[in-house]
Amino acid sequence: MNKSVIFGVLTVAGLAAGTASAATLDDVKARGKLNCGVTTGLAGFASPDANGNWEGFDVDVCRAVATAVFGDPNAVDFTPLTSATRFSALASGEVDLLSRITTWTFSRDVDLKFEFAGIAFYDGQGFLVPKELGVSSAKDLDGATVCIQTGTTTELNLADYFRTNKMEYEPVPIETNAEGQQQYLAGACDVYTTDSSALAATRATFENPDEHVVLPEIISKEPLGPLVRHGDNQWGDIVRWTLNAMITAEELGVTSANVGELAGGTDNPEINRLLGTDGNLGEQLGLSADWAKNIISSVGNYGESFARNVGSETPIGIARGLNGLWTEGGLQYSPPFR
Amino acid sequence: MSNLSYVRTDMLPEQAPPAGQSGIALWLRTNLFSGWVNSVVTVVVLVLLYKVLADILPWFWNGIWVGDSLTECRAIRDERGLESAACFSVIRERWSQLLFGFYPKHLYWRAILALVLLFVAISPILFDRVPRKLFMFTAVYPFLLVFLIWGGSIWGPLMAMAGFGVGYLAYKVIATQNALLGLIAAFILPVIWWIFIAGPLAGAIHSVVPIGWEAVESKFISGFMISVIIGVSGIALSLPLGIVLALGRQSDMFIVRVMCIGFIEFVRGVPLITLLFVAQLLLNYFLPKGTNFDIIVRVMIMVTLFSAAYMAETIRGGLAALPRGQYEAGDSLGLNYWQAQQLIIMPQALKISIPSIVGIFIGLFKDTTLVAFISISDILAFTNLIRANTAWNGIYWELFIFVAFVFWICCFSMSRYSMYLERKLQTDHH
Repeated sequence: MNKSVIFGVLTVAGLAAGTASAATLDDVKARGKLNCGVTTGLAGFASPDANGNWEGFDVDVCRAVATAVFGDPNAVDFTPLTSATRFSALASGEVDLLSRITTWTFSRDVDLKFEFAGIAFYDGQGFLVPKELGVSSAKDLDGATVCIQTGTTTELNLADYFRTNKMEYEPVPIETNAEGQQQYLAGACDVYTTDSSALAATRATFENPDEHVVLPEIISKEPLGPLVRHGDNQWGDIVRWTLNAMITAEELGVTSANVGELAGGTDNPEINRLLGTDGNLGEQLGLSADWAKNIISSVGNYGESFARNVGSETPIGIARGLNGLWTEGGLQYSPPFR
Repeated sequence: MSNLSYVRTDMLPEQAPPAGQSGIALWLRTNLFSGWVNSVVTVVVLVLLYKVLADILPWFWNGIWVGDSLTECRAIRDERGLESAACFSVIRERWSQLLFGFYPKHLYWRAILALVLLFVAISPILFDRVPRKLFMFTAVYPFLLVFLIWGGSIWGPLMAMAGFGVGYLAYKVIATQNALLGLIAAFILPVIWWIFIAGPLAGAIHSVVPIGWEAVESKFISGFMISVIIGVSGIALSLPLGIVLALGRQSDMFIVRVMCIGFIEFVRGVPLITLLFVAQLLLNYFLPKGTNFDIIVRVMIMVTLFSAAYMAETIRGGLAALPRGQYEAGDSLGLNYWQAQQLIIMPQALKISIPSIVGIFIGLFKDTTLVAFISISDILAFTNLIRANTAWNGIYWELFIFVAFVFWICCFSMSRYSMYLERKLQTDHH
C-alpha cells in the first residue's frame, strides 16, 4: 500500500472537515435539530425509557443546548456511541456535541483537537467492597483480588495506587461494567473498582445494597464534560455558557419553579442579565434573549438536574460532594454572567 | 380318532415379550444402562441435569410478569414467598423496543408490513409450488422495502428502480449495433443514472407531484429490525456474488482469477469487526464531510462482501466435488460455458453445498449483532440501554434469554428449511 496516498486522502478529508465545521450553529439551525452523542447506556447518565425518550444527566446537557438554540428541549436527536466510535463521530460531524461521560484529558483536548466546554461532573475512581470484609479504608486492601476493566485508565490508576502504597493485589480482568457486577456479586473478587458514579449505580442495583460500601478514597481525577470540535468558537461558547448558565442559576437560586416569576425582573442585576431582562448576552451568543430562561424552565438548573438523575433521592444516590457549588464546599464554579 | 391331530390348527394367542425385552425397560437398558460404564455415566449426567434444572426451572416458571421495575419484581417475589423468580416484566415493558429499537411507534405497522411482504417475496424462491408470477413481486420488493422502512418520497425508490430500465433500454438500443458496447452501456448508464440523475430527478418530480409519507432516518432504525434488514440483504446479495467469485476463481482468464483469489483471501484474512470499523470510522474520515453515505448501506456492503468470500469457497468446494465427467458431459452436448454452468454444474454444486451455505447464512445473521460495536443499537446493544434505566438496572438473564430466543427462532427455521430442501432435492435413490 502506498502510505503517502492514504495520508494524502486523510489530509484532504481533514481539511474538508475543518472548513465545513466553521458554523455548527448555522448547520444545527438549518437542520432544526441538535445531534447529540451520548453513551450506550449508563444508569443516571443516559438511557431511553419505554417510549424511547432519553433521560439522564448527560442527556440533560444535550437538552439544555437544544433549548438554548431552539427553545425546545425535544429538538435533539440522540446517537448512542461506544467508546471506540465517539471521537470519530464528533470529528466527522455525525454529532454536533458529545455529552458522553468523557474525561477531559490533555491529549483529547490538544492532540485529538476537541474543545471541552467545561466540567459537568467531577468523577473519580473508587472501591466497592462487601461490608463483611471489615475494610474501612483502601489502605487496608493489601493482597485483595480486584475486579478491573481491562484496557482502561482505571487499570493504570489502580496499579499506580497500589505501588505507591506498597501493597499487593491480584487483578481479575473483566470486559464490561455488567460483567464486573456479576463477578463481584459471585465473589470472584473482593473489591470492584471503577468510577465512583458507576460504583454507586452498581451498588444501587444489588438486592441488599446495605451489605456493600464504597470506600472513602478516590484515587483518580475524572472530570467529565461535554465537548465539541476545535475551530468553531461560537459553538463552543454556546455549549460552555449553557453549562455555566445551569450552574449560575443554582448559585443564584433560580429554579424551574421560580424562573417565570424572576424573569419579570428582579433586584439582582446578575439574575436579570442571565434571564435576558437586562443586557444582550443572548444576542452576543447568537441566540435569543431568553435562552437561559428557557434552559432553566425546561431542563432546570444544575442542582435540579443532578438531583433528578443521580442525586441522593434517586436509586443511584450520589452525594453532591465535589459536584456541590463552590459556596457549599464543592468545585462547581461558573464565571460571572457579565 | 380321525380328528386327532399332532399339528395345532388354531394359533396360540400372542404373548407379550418378556418384561426386559420390550417397551421402556428395553429402551432404558439398551440406551442408558448397557454396561457398567454407561450406567455410571447415565447416573452422573442425570444428577448433574437435576442439579441444573432444579435451579433454572423454578426460576423460569415462577417468572414475574407484573411490575415496572426490578425493585418491584423483587418485592413481588418476596411477597409470594418464592426462592427465586425471573423478572419477565422487563420483556413485557420493553419487547417492542428490543424488536423495533428507536423506530417511531406509530410507524411500527410499516415495519411489520415490510416483514410480511418479505415472506411473500421470498416464497417463490423457497417453494416451487408457489405461482411463478410472484417473482415479479420479488423483483420489486427491495424498492418497496426501502419505501416502507425509510419512507419519504416514493419517487426515490421509483427512480432507483428506473435505473434498471435505463440499463435494459441502453442494451436493447445499442446492442443492435455492437453487442460489447451494448453490454458496457448497460452497466455504465444505470450507474451514471443513479449517481447523477436519479436524486435530483426524484426531488424535482416530488416537488411537482408530492407522493410519499413520513421519512425515518437511518439512526432510528435499530433493535432486532436492523439485524433482519442487514441479515436478509446480506444473504440475498452474498449468494450470487459468491457464485461469481467461485467461478472467477476457477476461471482460465488470468486477471479474473487473480482478482477473485485476491479478494477472497483478503476478506477471509480479516475479521468482520475490522471491516465494520472500516465502514464506520475510516469512511467517515475519507469521505468529504456532508457526504450522505448511509451507515446502514455501508454495513450492508461490508457484511455482504465478507460472507460472499466465504460463500465463494463453499461453492468452490461443491464444484470440486463434482466428477470430471459432468463437465465433459456438458462439453459433449455442445453446451457453451454458461449453459453448462446453468444446466449441469451449478444445480449439482449448489445442492452439495446447501448445508454449508445455510451454515454461512446463519453465521451471517448472528454476526449482525457485531454492529453494536460501531454504535448501531441492535437488539444486544438495547439490552444495555434498557439496563441503564434505573428501573431495570441489574437485570441480565431475562433480556439475554429473550434475545437468544428471538435469534433461535430465526436460525432454527433456516436450518429446518435447509433440511427440507435437501430432502426435496435428493435424487440418489439409495
